[in-house]
Amino acid sequence: MQVFYYLIFPGFTFAAIAGLLTAWLDRKVTARVQYRVGPPWYQNFADVMKLMGKEVLLPDNARKTGFLIAPIVALSAAILSATMIGLYNWNWNSGFVGDIIVFWYVLAIPSTMLILGSAASGNPLASVGSSREMKLLLGYEVPFIIVIAMVINLTKTISMGEIIQYQYAHGPILYSLSGVIGFIVALLCVQAKLGMVPFDAPEAETELGGGVFYNYSGAALGAFKLSKAVLLYTLPIFLISLFWGGVQIGNGIGILWVLLKYILIVVLITLIRNTNPRLRIDQAVRFFWGKVTVLAIIAFVLSVLGL
Amino acid sequence: MGLKTAALKKSIWVFHVACSPCNNCDIEILDLLTPRFDVERFGITLVGSPRHADALLITGVCNRHVKPRLLETYRATSKPCVCFLFGTCAAGGSIFKGSYNVPDFVDEVIREEDPNAIIVYIPGCPPKPEAMIAGVVKALSVL
Repeated sequence: MQVFYYLIFPGFTFAAIAGLLTAWLDRKVTARVQYRVGPPWYQNFADVMKLMGKEVLLPDNARKTGFLIAPIVALSAAILSATMIGLYNWNWNSGFVGDIIVFWYVLAIPSTMLILGSAASGNPLASVGSSREMKLLLGYEVPFIIVIAMVINLTKTISMGEIIQYQYAHGPILYSLSGVIGFIVALLCVQAKLGMVPFDAPEAETELGGGVFYNYSGAALGAFKLSKAVLLYTLPIFLISLFWGGVQIGNGIGILWVLLKYILIVVLITLIRNTNPRLRIDQAVRFFWGKVTVLAIIAFVLSVLGL
Repeated sequence: MGLKTAALKKSIWVFHVACSPCNNCDIEILDLLTPRFDVERFGITLVGSPRHADALLITGVCNRHVKPRLLETYRATSKPCVCFLFGTCAAGGSIFKGSYNVPDFVDEVIREEDPNAIIVYIPGCPPKPEAMIAGVVKALSVL
């Protein structure tokens, strides 16, 4: 049953399909913003399928083991996060005490693997990207953990299932002052976790030519792209579970509500990415450790006051 | 035709190799990404690294300094890949043919490295964006 969960339903197959479709939505909205037509719906499936069939080149001066293990670990961690969030929403009692902290750790693994893999690839552009990814990770984890602490403080529990259960009984956290501020902070952190444009200094297509992905080709690159797509599905669902009442199917009509919330969050992320220029890495870190952390602390204080 | 080839045809990522061009062709290539032509409809995107690329867009003539770099870029591209020689300079030397600084043509250099390379010639100074799209379509029918 565990294998089924991991590989089929909330896990790999479902999350990959949902994530690749979401990535298409992102590209399509981007194209419409730029007054273009945009790619067809199967575009990201074709991309990943093509990458899986291509040759994997090993650079001469790369650490081969670390270079090839990193994408596999990143993909399995992304699938694990999708499985966890799917199961907690499916069955509130399927979790364990403190699973939100485990979930937070699992979400950090794909970024860590990007750092390790690109540092092992033996390329100056990739190592610049790697150091930037590390700084960005240190930047956004501070407000992110404060916001999670705020939710824990409001719901008085450290289990994902019980957080969703609390919102089912008392209404979503988003509909309070601290909830709104916390949601904005979490959305910005998700933007950075996904490596979307204001915070895409580690990848920087025009500057570093792919940055952390520079030396990856073929199936290894495909695994990284797939893990990004799975995260693009997981993180909006995580935001919904944390702030917006979770995925409640209810009497059938609930699925439409969830889909609406999900698409709204994804389109919000896409619009932020299309209307902002890339921040330098020092600007991004200053942004997260300055303004965003202050906002997160304000949200935490408000939640202590019960607002 | 396998699934891999079908997926490859729907998703061509291109890397732009500028072998000392006059920038005329390069500007026309950028036109392909603008709203008027929008090649992302067919899954064609520019990437920043030859390792990600399925196609190399080569512009300009292959002079002595460019030759080793062009070969290195071709070796760094993961196969299968297609080479597009954009513009008269890359396709046939143009007015630089027989010049002292142009010992080889681009296609000869690539054939030296890989005799079975798929090479598409798109002449013109610069080729029109429509001609480029027609060339890409012809290359895809060969794959």
